[in-house]
Amino acid sequence: MTAALRAKERPPGSPSVGPSPPRRRGRRSQGLAAHAFMSPWLIGLVLVTAAPMLASLYLSFTDYNIMSTPTFVGFDNFERMVGDERFWASTRVTSLYVLVSVPLQLVFALMLALVLDRGLRGLSIYRSAYYLPSLLGTSVAVAVLWKQIFGHDGLVNQALALIGIQGTNWLQNPDSALWTLIILNVWTFGSPMVIFLAGLRQIPEELYEAARVDGASQIRMFRHITIPLLTPIVFFNLILQTIGSFQAFTQAHVISGGTGGPVDSTLFYTLYIYQQAFVNFDMGYASALAWVLLLAIAVITALHFTLSKYWVFYGD
Amino acid sequence: MSTSTLDSPPVVDGPTRPRGPSRSMRRAKVRGAILRHGGLILFGLFMLYPLIWMAVSAFKPSHLVLTDPSIIPTELTLENFVNGWVVGGFPFWVFFGNSLVIAISAILGNLISCSLTAYALARLEFRARNVYFAIVLVTVMLPMHAVVIPQYIVFSNLGLVNTFIPLILPKFLATDAFFIFLMVQFIRGIPRQLDEAASIDGAGPFRVFWSIILPLMKPALITTAIFTFIWTWNDFFGQLIYLTDSSVFTVPIALNALVDSESNQGTGTLMAMSVLSLIPLLLFFAFAQKHLIRGIATTGLK
Repeated sequence: MTAALRAKERPPGSPSVGPSPPRRRGRRSQGLAAHAFMSPWLIGLVLVTAAPMLASLYLSFTDYNIMSTPTFVGFDNFERMVGDERFWASTRVTSLYVLVSVPLQLVFALMLALVLDRGLRGLSIYRSAYYLPSLLGTSVAVAVLWKQIFGHDGLVNQALALIGIQGTNWLQNPDSALWTLIILNVWTFGSPMVIFLAGLRQIPEELYEAARVDGASQIRMFRHITIPLLTPIVFFNLILQTIGSFQAFTQAHVISGGTGGPVDSTLFYTLYIYQQAFVNFDMGYASALAWVLLLAIAVITALHFTLSKYWVFYGD
Repeated sequence: MSTSTLDSPPVVDGPTRPRGPSRSMRRAKVRGAILRHGGLILFGLFMLYPLIWMAVSAFKPSHLVLTDPSIIPTELTLENFVNGWVVGGFPFWVFFGNSLVIAISAILGNLISCSLTAYALARLEFRARNVYFAIVLVTVMLPMHAVVIPQYIVFSNLGLVNTFIPLILPKFLATDAFFIFLMVQFIRGIPRQLDEAASIDGAGPFRVFWSIILPLMKPALITTAIFTFIWTWNDFFGQLIYLTDSSVFTVPIALNALVDSESNQGTGTLMAMSVLSLIPLLLFFAFAQKHLIRGIATTGLK
């Protein structure tokens, strides 16, 4: 997976084209063949990705409710956002969700990976058990389960009652509803953990041996070998989980019954797009919202890559 | 643990007690292992408790589900499954059928379209190949929300809402670009001499792809198939938008509808149908675990 990152970082034009230019005729015929091979993807790129992207950019400058024809309204949709309480609510909810759950999830993933790493017996059983929530976590079924667990008579309150605490209905309280979703996201730390485990295994044992010979302590080895060599994996997980969490939808939709309530406290940004586009059929405004999300993700990803130069360690 | 053995050089103070330190060390080691395993098991149970509770609640009579938190049931029943079986006038096996049709088509689509594209990007020489590859990488990160609205408008104008086509067709056009990337990386690891030898024998690009590359890239194909299945089975957003008629509902959509429907007899029913909906994923997990874990470890898929 480090290879994956590096490939992404490489400027286009540099990688791996071998120094074997075949004869011109051969090259041209391969170009034809290549485009034939890629034709499904090229068609998809144009018709299913590029054209809809441009179309939604155009729609974001229109007023359009699917029945009528789109009317051009300039920057009205974007101006409307500035004064739209629910837009700001959904931005706050999503930001809090990403900022809290992603770091927590990665901390859990890294800690468990470190405990599981050193030649532990039964590693594969533990790994599978801890991974299971990641496999099921984005399903409707688990969202339904969460709704039961955090409900008034749910499992959480039953457990709290055992130690004498009277719980509330966590899902109907605007102060706690989002936190149940954050817990759900943290609960799926298994997949970054598996990636961390694979990364830990790639650290050459010789480094630790050499350090031991020099009398380094466990803590020093962790600080000066494990952590630096693991930073590319941390970065990879960070990018992956951040992009994924920005697009979370299912859990909030199921738990709030599609409303984003109570009092918009679980109104994920994607849920707001969904409501505007497919409940209100306000396609113009929804397209503007979607483009803002696209730009936000692009900026944050670019920022991650820029900042990575200061803390991600690439050995070579 | 092993450092401490090196930090304190073995003290040999006589032939009378050569075993002393090693025995206490062994004991410390055993104690450490017990502690670690104990902690891991407890934490694992804590993590999985919600899932266990869901499975048990599915078989509990409804009056016990919310009053008896124990996971050892006192009474077992199948009434929850009977209660939740019909949603919107259709039995659940219809939804399973629909989900399965979509998942299998998506797998086929991804396998065919992504492997063809990946072969061209990894092996064939042509201009702007790196530009194409860069586009693949960018589209991997593209949120679907940026394209879904115009897609919906087009499919809706073509009268394809409430069919599976909007969900399946994009897969045959390699829109899950992540798998292209995965396969390109894999093909690059296959020795070039193999296809060069075939080319010298007069095999064209398709022949090389079909009889050399494709058989060798089986692990990448298996990973693609597994994750396509998981993603499609768990997909909610796309299916929620395109499938509004209960005859074409998939399992997640039906489950979501059950929450608000009349046949919802409470937590027991919901848990029963939730458990049912997860069975295919659990089966995959049980039988393809090694591929699954390797797939995540090498590519970062979820």
